[in-house]
Amino acid sequence: MTQLLPTPSQTVGPYLSIGLPWPDGPFVVPDGTPGAFWIRGTVRDGAGDPIPDALIETWQADPDGGFRHPDDPRGEASGEFRGFGRCPTQPDGTYGILTVLPGVLPGEHGTEQARHIDVSVFARGLLHRVVTRIYFEDQDNSDDPVLETVPEDRRDTLVAVKTADGYHFDVRLQGEDETVFFEV
Amino acid sequence: MAAPTELRLPRYRRDPDGTHPPLDSPGYRSTALRHPEQPLVLLPNQLTEITGPLLGPGRLGELDNDLTRQHAEEPQGQRIIVTGRLLDGDGRPVRDSLIEIWQANAGGRYRHTGDRWPSPLDPNFDGVGRTLTDGDGCYTFTTIKPGAYPWKNHDNAWRPAHIHFSVFGSAFTQRLVTQMYFPDDPLFGQDPVFNSVPDEQARQRMISSYDHEVTRPEWALGFRFDIVLRGREASVFEEEEDDD
Repeated sequence: MTQLLPTPSQTVGPYLSIGLPWPDGPFVVPDGTPGAFWIRGTVRDGAGDPIPDALIETWQADPDGGFRHPDDPRGEASGEFRGFGRCPTQPDGTYGILTVLPGVLPGEHGTEQARHIDVSVFARGLLHRVVTRIYFEDQDNSDDPVLETVPEDRRDTLVAVKTADGYHFDVRLQGEDETVFFEV
Repeated sequence: MAAPTELRLPRYRRDPDGTHPPLDSPGYRSTALRHPEQPLVLLPNQLTEITGPLLGPGRLGELDNDLTRQHAEEPQGQRIIVTGRLLDGDGRPVRDSLIEIWQANAGGRYRHTGDRWPSPLDPNFDGVGRTLTDGDGCYTFTTIKPGAYPWKNHDNAWRPAHIHFSVFGSAFTQRLVTQMYFPDDPLFGQDPVFNSVPDEQARQRMISSYDHEVTRPEWALGFRFDIVLRGREASVFEEEEDDD
């Protein structure tokens, strides 16, 4: 089969908020869904300043660990779970996503992945998205095969902290406490 | 659901070096405080990465793919049709997949409160479009040709005319946001965003081509722009199929 060469990535630029946000974007699940909680945080740059022109996107399994997707070798999950969230940052750099806990997932070689959400961050000044993962401080993350590959002193940048209405998860693009970003 | 002993997941090939811009691209000043300094950690693709949102027709309005018909009157500027295919790196069409675009108006002004350069807004142009690819991976937008605009990155800096494209593909690994440029733009040479892509041939893949076949006589010019996402490594299963 002929291989085609991929199209390069470019920045979303400063005006992404005219094109990408959706009214229902932050709602992975509808408001009022049992067990739903907010993940809130701030996106910051290397000077520690909030980034007002970023976009957070999330992708996750449903609470039973299923994906409504034909490439899941365990079978495609049924139901209406969208799994996807999208929220532009506000002038103060904050974002919020309403969701539910994803299920535990099998990993490679008989491992088990802790509950996690994949995150893409886009912004002016980011020529390519950066990818991170959200884990949850009140869940068992001890044997997660991905966390194990992350230097121990940086793992806490991937762990969301419990709050009154859900969890707190900041993204620091550069500098002190820089978030761990993955090559996928 | 019972956990199988071993998952057989599709694998996505790495894009060739030089395809994507380095996050630290000093010519584009905004990267200075926004690029990670720590090395990226390799995440071998697992279930969450080889799946992705499949966002369907429910998100689209009837005129979302025609940016010239979203208001009572027509926008100013040169009408154009932009069409192409969304493919993976093996030439397979990516079907029923959401494509989102946004752009400046004919004078190079975005309908965004942060865009203050003195070129007028067009009351008949929002500059936002969405569509789904069809069964062959094809998409089409009708819009107007965006203008170039100045920005403050360097002395007398101008962005070449471009349309922002956001595509999902069929897996989290394939998510891509890019910009489509127009052929023979004299502003390419001084633009650090376009030139942030290291490989000269990769840069050419962001430039649409004029296609007279795409024009609509007495109405609009036509441009063609294919978007190629990461391809899959051949699985054992597919190799067996190829042997048949």
